[in-house]
Amino acid sequence: MKNPINGLNKVFDNRIRLGVMSILVVNEQVNFNDLKQMLEVTDGNLATHLVNLEDNGYIKVYKGFVGRKTNTTYAVTKAGEKAFTDHISVLENMIKGVK
Amino acid sequence: MTTKRAFTLYFKVLFMSEQNQHGNAATSSRRTETLQEISDIKRIMERSSRFISLSGLSGIAAGLCALVGAYIANNILKDYYIKLDRGAAETYESFTVLEVKLVTLGAIVLLAALIFAFVFTWRRARQNHLPVWDLAARKLLWNVLFPLIAGGLFVLAMLQYDEWHFVAPACLAFYGLALVNGSKYTLSDVRYLGYSEILLGLVSTQFIHAGLYFWAIGFGVLHIIYGAIMWWKYERGAGSQ
Repeated sequence: MKNPINGLNKVFDNRIRLGVMSILVVNEQVNFNDLKQMLEVTDGNLATHLVNLEDNGYIKVYKGFVGRKTNTTYAVTKAGEKAFTDHISVLENMIKGVK
Repeated sequence: MTTKRAFTLYFKVLFMSEQNQHGNAATSSRRTETLQEISDIKRIMERSSRFISLSGLSGIAAGLCALVGAYIANNILKDYYIKLDRGAAETYESFTVLEVKLVTLGAIVLLAALIFAFVFTWRRARQNHLPVWDLAARKLLWNVLFPLIAGGLFVLAMLQYDEWHFVAPACLAFYGLALVNGSKYTLSDVRYLGYSEILLGLVSTQFIHAGLYFWAIGFGVLHIIYGAIMWWKYERGAGSQ
C-alpha cells in the first residue's frame, strides 16, 4: 500500500509558501505588501519564497507601477492551483486514513 | 481565475476543519500536525478573503443614529405641514428650504453612523489583533461603495426633478443591493440584511406616503436587529478576554 505522505508536495512543506498559496487561490491578484501583512513575514523572507513558487510555475508575477512606486502583484497559475488542490486532497486522505 | 473552484476548495477546507472538532481525541502526532496545517490554511483563506472584524455594535450604533435622524426629520416635516395648513409656507422657496434641511440632516446622520460604525469595528479588530485596513477590508469597502454611490446619485437626480416619492424605496433598495454585493467579502449575515433591505424597499413603493417610516425601519430597526444578532453570534463574551 502506498503511504499517502509520499503524495505531499515538498514545495508546500514551508509554512510561508503554503500561506501564499492559500491566499492566492481565493483572491484573484494580491500585491506584495498585502501578502506581507497577512503572513507577518519580512520582505526578504517573503521574496525568497515567492521566487521559489514562481520557479516551480505555481504563481505568475505582474510587475506594475502605482505612480512611481513599483506595485508587484501575484496570481496563482493553473499548475499552482492543481498542485495546491492535490496537496489538500492528500491531507484529506491522511485524516480519513488514520481515522 | 476559476473563482468557483477556489471557493469549492475553500468550503472543503472549512468542512475538513469541522470534522476535526468532531474527531476522536486519540490522535497520532502526524494527524494533529495535518489538522494544524489545515486549520492554518483555513484561517489564512478566511482572513484574506473576508473582513471578519465587522462589529455588531457598529450596526446597532448606525441603527440608533438612523432612528434619531428619522425622529428629527419627522419633526421638520410636521413643522412644514403645520405652516402649510396656515397657508404661510405655500411657496416654492419654502419647499426648497425643506429639501435642503432634509438632505443636510441625511448627510449628518450618514456621517455619524459611519463614524460610530468605524469606531466599533476598529475596536473589535484591535481586540483580535487584526489589521483594520487590509486586502479584505479594501474589497469590502469598494464592493459596498460602488452601488451605494450609484444609489446616492440616483436619489439626488430624483430630487433634482422634485421626484421625492421614491426617495425612501430607492435608498433602501440600493443600500440592500450594496450589502448583498459586499457580503461576499464579510460575515454572511450581511447578505440577509441586504435581502431584507431590498424587500422592504420594494414593499415601501406601495406605501409611498409612509416613506419615512420605512426608512426608519430599514436603516434603524433592521440595523439594530442584525447588529444585535451579529454581536450575539460572534462577540458575546469575547470582550471580557
